Amino acid sequence: MSRLNFQHQQHAHCESGVTANLLRHEGLQQITEPLAFGIGAGLFFAHIPFLKVSGTPGTTFRSLPGSIFKRVTKSLDIDVHTQRFSTPGKAMAALDEVLESGKPAGMLSSVYYLPYLPEAFRFHFNAHNLIAFGKENGVYNISDPVLEDVATILPEDLAKARFAKGTPEPKGFMYYVKNVPANLDLAGAIQRGIKKNCFLILSPPLPWFGVNAIFLLSKKIRKYPQQLTERKAQLYLGNIIRMQEEIGTGGAGFRFLYAAFLQESAEILKRDDLKGFAHELTAIGDEWRHFAYSAARQMKARKTDLVSFDELGDMLHSIGMKEKDFFTRLNKIKW
Amino acid sequence: MNVNEVPQDARDFRDGDKVRKLVYAVDKDGKYTGVNSAGWEAENEATRQAWDAVDEALAETEAKVKAGQLSPVAYYMQKCLMDKALLAKYVGKWGWQVSRHFKPSVFNKLDRSLLEKYASVFNITVDELISFGKK
Repeated sequence: MSRLNFQHQQHAHCESGVTANLLRHEGLQQITEPLAFGIGAGLFFAHIPFLKVSGTPGTTFRSLPGSIFKRVTKSLDIDVHTQRFSTPGKAMAALDEVLESGKPAGMLSSVYYLPYLPEAFRFHFNAHNLIAFGKENGVYNISDPVLEDVATILPEDLAKARFAKGTPEPKGFMYYVKNVPANLDLAGAIQRGIKKNCFLILSPPLPWFGVNAIFLLSKKIRKYPQQLTERKAQLYLGNIIRMQEEIGTGGAGFRFLYAAFLQESAEILKRDDLKGFAHELTAIGDEWRHFAYSAARQMKARKTDLVSFDELGDMLHSIGMKEKDFFTRLNKIKW
Repeated sequence: MNVNEVPQDARDFRDGDKVRKLVYAVDKDGKYTGVNSAGWEAENEATRQAWDAVDEALAETEAKVKAGQLSPVAYYMQKCLMDKALLAKYVGKWGWQVSRHFKPSVFNKLDRSLLEKYASVFNITVDELISFGKK
C-alpha cells in the first residue's frame, strides 16, 4: 500500500478541518473550514454542572462530535460511508481496504493515544478527528487538521486511539466520501446551516444548553468563592478557559470561526447584512476573549482582589444577552 | 481579534511549543484570515494548572504507595490520567473492584492474568507494576 496524493491543510477545529480536507480531496475547493463549520452548525455552548469531566463541571463550545461532517454532507447531498466496528481488527482491516481503494478516511480518536501530539495536549479526550491517507512501511500517514504538517502513527497506536474507552467511545468510527454531486446547492446549505445553528443556540428549553447555559454559568461563577475551595475554583475557571481557547476553537470558543463563516457567506450570497452580522460576532468574540483573560488573572492571582467572581459573572451575563439578541435577529433575516 | 493582536506566547512545557495552532483573525481590510499562534498566556496558564494538578495528585499518591497505604494500581491509574470509572472499563471490571485493588493487601494477591491486564493498560511490564514503590 502506498500514500495517496493528499493535500493536507491546517485548520482551527478538528472536525470542520477534517470535513474541509476530505471535500477538498474530492475537488470541492470552495468548501473552506469556516463554510464547513457554519453549514455543519458547529457553534454551541453547554454547561452541565453535574456532568464532571476530571472533576470539573462539563463545559463545551462545540456541538455534538460527528454532527458537522454529517450535516455538511447531508445538506450538500454528498454521498458518504460511515461505520462503527466491534473489534480493532475489523476496524483496521476496513481502514486498509478504504486506503487501498484510493480514498482517504476520516476517523474518531482519543487524543491521549496519539503520540505525534505534544504531551501538553494529551488528555483523555475521545472526540478528536483525523484523516489517514496512506500506509507506508507499516506506518499510517496522518493528516491531523490541528497540525501544520502531516504526521505518522503506528498501527497499534492508531488502533488504541480508535478504541479508547470512556465518554464518548469512538468504537473505531470511520467515514469517507463516496461521491460528490456535480452541482452543489451552496446557498441553500448556508441558509439551512444558519437556521439550524440559531435553533441550537436559542431554542433548547433546558438550562444547560445554548444561551441559557451562558446565563447558568454566569450565575454559578458568582458562587464559586462561597461554594468551592480556592483550589477548586481555580481548576473550574481553568477548565472553562481551556475549553474556550485551547487548540481547536480558532479563538473565543469558535465565535471567530463562525464570524468568518458569516463573512464568507456574505460574499457568496452577495448579502451585506451578513457582513454586518460577522462584524458584530467578532465584537462578541472579543468579549469572550476578555472574559478568558480576566478569568486567567483571577486564577493566577490566587486572591480575589484583581477581578472578582461577580465581575466574571457580569461579563458572562453581558455576553449571553448579546448572543441572545444576535441569534434572534440572525434567525429572522429574510432569505 | 485583529491579525496584529494574535498572541504569540509560546507554551514552554511538555512540548507544547511544538504546535502553532491556527486561529481566525481580522486583517487590515476587515477580512477574516487564518493566522498561526504559538499560544496565549491565559490559555497556557490554564493548561499548565491542569498539569500541575495532575502532578500534585500523583506525588501524593506516590507517597501513599511507598507508605503501604495504596497499591501501585492507584499510582499508575493517575499517571495515565485515568479515573476509577475509566480504568474499570479498560480492564473490564466494576469500579468497586478497582477500588479494592487499590488496597495493598488485595493487590498482593491478584492473579497473574489480571496483573498483566493492568500492566498492558498502563503500558508497562508486570514487574514494573508490582515493584513500584518497593525500592
